[in-house]
Amino acid sequence: MTALAVEGRGAKTQAKKPARQALHALILTTTVFLFMGAGDDSARFKDLGHRMMCACGCSQILLECNHVGCTYSDKMRDQLQAALDKGNNDDLILQGFVQDYGPTVIAAPTATGFNRVAWIMPFAGLAFGITLVVYVVRSWKNRPTPALADGITIRRGSELDEFLRKARKETDL
Amino acid sequence: MSQIGSFALLLALGLSAYSFLAGLLALFSKDAASARLGETARRAGIATFAAVLLAAIVLVVSAFSDDFSIAYIFHHSNRDLPPAYKFAVLWSGQEGSLLFWSLLLAGYGFVLRLRYKTDQQLFAHASVVIAAVQVFFLLILNFAAHPFGVIQGPLPQDGTGLNPLLQYPEMVIHPPMLYLGYVGFTVPFAFALGALIMKYPGEKWIHITRRWTMVTWCFLTVGVFLGAHWAYAVLGWGGYWGWDPVENASLMPWLTGTAFLHSVMMQEKRGMLKVWNMALIFATFLLSMVGTFLTRSGVISSVHAFAQSSIGSWFLVFIALTLAVCTYFLALNRSHLKSEHKLEALVSRESSFLFNNLLLLTLCFTILWGTFFPILSEFVQGHKVTVGPPFFNRVAIPVALLLLLLTAIGPLLAWRKTSLESLKRNFLYPAIGALSIGGMMILFGVRPWEDPSYFYATMAAVLSALVMFTVISEFLRGGRVIAGKTRQSLFSAMLQLCHRNTRRYGGYIVHFGVALVVIGILGTPFNKEVEKEMGFGDKISIGPYTLVCQSYTQDDNPNYGNEWAIINVFRGGKQITTMYPERRFYKASQQPQTLPRIYPSFREDLFLVTDVYLVYEGKNETTGRPIIKAHLNPLVPWIWIGLIIMVFGTIVALVPNAVAVQVAATTPVRAPAHVGAGD
Repeated sequence: MTALAVEGRGAKTQAKKPARQALHALILTTTVFLFMGAGDDSARFKDLGHRMMCACGCSQILLECNHVGCTYSDKMRDQLQAALDKGNNDDLILQGFVQDYGPTVIAAPTATGFNRVAWIMPFAGLAFGITLVVYVVRSWKNRPTPALADGITIRRGSELDEFLRKARKETDL
Repeated sequence: MSQIGSFALLLALGLSAYSFLAGLLALFSKDAASARLGETARRAGIATFAAVLLAAIVLVVSAFSDDFSIAYIFHHSNRDLPPAYKFAVLWSGQEGSLLFWSLLLAGYGFVLRLRYKTDQQLFAHASVVIAAVQVFFLLILNFAAHPFGVIQGPLPQDGTGLNPLLQYPEMVIHPPMLYLGYVGFTVPFAFALGALIMKYPGEKWIHITRRWTMVTWCFLTVGVFLGAHWAYAVLGWGGYWGWDPVENASLMPWLTGTAFLHSVMMQEKRGMLKVWNMALIFATFLLSMVGTFLTRSGVISSVHAFAQSSIGSWFLVFIALTLAVCTYFLALNRSHLKSEHKLEALVSRESSFLFNNLLLLTLCFTILWGTFFPILSEFVQGHKVTVGPPFFNRVAIPVALLLLLLTAIGPLLAWRKTSLESLKRNFLYPAIGALSIGGMMILFGVRPWEDPSYFYATMAAVLSALVMFTVISEFLRGGRVIAGKTRQSLFSAMLQLCHRNTRRYGGYIVHFGVALVVIGILGTPFNKEVEKEMGFGDKISIGPYTLVCQSYTQDDNPNYGNEWAIINVFRGGKQITTMYPERRFYKASQQPQTLPRIYPSFREDLFLVTDVYLVYEGKNETTGRPIIKAHLNPLVPWIWIGLIIMVFGTIVALVPNAVAVQVAATTPVRAPAHVGAGD
């Protein structure tokens, strides 16, 4: 009996392995895609142009600003192209724009200093939520079942599963 | 006119204050007179509606009669404004929209107070809570944002006109829908708080508010989507969602409201999550208030925001006070909200609801955090930072995809416990179908490994397909069972199935609509755009389309002057339509406005429908020729179709269930099967 139980547990652990590996692969792939960068100049222009806001106050991404009579977007696009032609790297280009137009020109918080908090908090919130849900589920599962009146028995385990199987078969649900 | 309006507002304030105070006294006094006092409070609440309605009518009549002695009318209307927009003046500015808010709240309160016999004690509590909210809005209207303030000095001959961005047909319907949603959440909030204060036994308050909540949620959904469509059709940047703070403000209560609609089922079915549901509906109401605060306080810059004003501090005080009251009663009566059942298995409908709530709230928190981070940054670092689309897309999209996965799996899980065998059986074919959609995308040239946006688009397509296939398979399985038992056609069996449990199958239809909306959104990485100066006969090629400028011209009417181009659209050498992108110049406000034109290619592409989107950007001053920007936005029309299906699903869910048909047994063996018995 004990040997069987141990064997069963071992088989279960082995069965879990491919699932865990698949999960790891999924996380890795997602991370790679998330942080994948752009290569050539036109892709860099598109990428950087989407990482900055138009400074005219229309609250739109630089490359998406079509504000009628906008006096900023064309100038900023030309400035971006010129910086790319010079061979400047992405950080230098963005720094140049910050100097010219202020920190609000960058469309998302940078991953430096206090701005890091902006990126961390949503994921920290998710992690906290998952922990909370797991805790709640565990405490619910461990909650003692209320005592029943004499003579009443509730079917559990394999007996209950058998009833469920029959019910599903009959209703095909 | 302004005096009548002012008097009506003062009267409404007096009546609602009486309704609140007398109602409160009646709730807590035990003597015989308290019932009569409560009745007078109820009637005062009903009369409040009449007084606020009178004030709103006065404002609209003032707009139609061009009464520019009223400052609000002067700033938001002009003589040549079309009648529909004169009517919309009621919600076009700060003061008017607050009056509209108050009117809707009074309207909801009116209906609630008429139906008080359903449960007099609970309705009396809810009525007091609504009266308290009403008093707050009427205080602002009377003392901080008075819509009937008069112009000092000589009477102006004409008004400064309505903001051109607002002169679009959707302006007449988008704000009312959004406000019906925002304000509507006051009703379930009032019932929840009332039930908590009086330690209401059982879950009846949830049954009473179920329809209110669903109708409200539906209004908010329509409001949010109409806002997106308005942005798409008017702002002329070719997109429909820019993660603007005000857009975010409308999305946050929608997310918590959606979480509430799901988790409330756990309370109904299993007596669980009682504290959580209270907290969710409180949060939804508070987030509606936060949204209203955001648009009106001027703390965050937005294209949607009203002018900066002092009423932000009023809202802050009210939000803080409401939060304190809710927290106090939640802490005080927490023991009344204990769960009646325990969770039996991790793979169950209950845990899927828990994770659904977790993801919806994570999304809500992310949006709230991103919206307010610029203020926090200014406080900590001394300068504001921008939290724009790149932040929200990177953080919110992965969570939204997980939510979509759960939307597909959740309905396949049974209450209490689900066997892996049944999950596999139900999930296999939808999963194969969904994966084959992903395979087809790769086959047709989408390379998810080349760009994160393509990766997300592929994932979104696979998961949307999974949601749709699981919904279809649920209908088919249930329909087949009924068809087998009753010998009717599969289609009528599915209709019967739906009618037996409208809430469950209506919900599935809503999920189907959500999947269609996601399909509409996932086309974004494949958008194309071309900008060109176009003389007579000049061409633009974009995707499979050739755009030929036939002519350009101009016109004039009392409200605005306009210029437009006449563009013939060809596909495969055949002309399919003519489009007229336009630019207007409004005379009263002296502001220009582009009006894009959109052609959805339903006739040419059934599933991969694409919007041809043309913007007249203005004329080149040297050549005098128009500059046209052409966008090709694939799949966008599915967003609006998805919305229609979501609304249809909500309507289905609102229909009362039919009594399950008893199948006559031909052999005396089994009890009749009741299909679709659980949500």
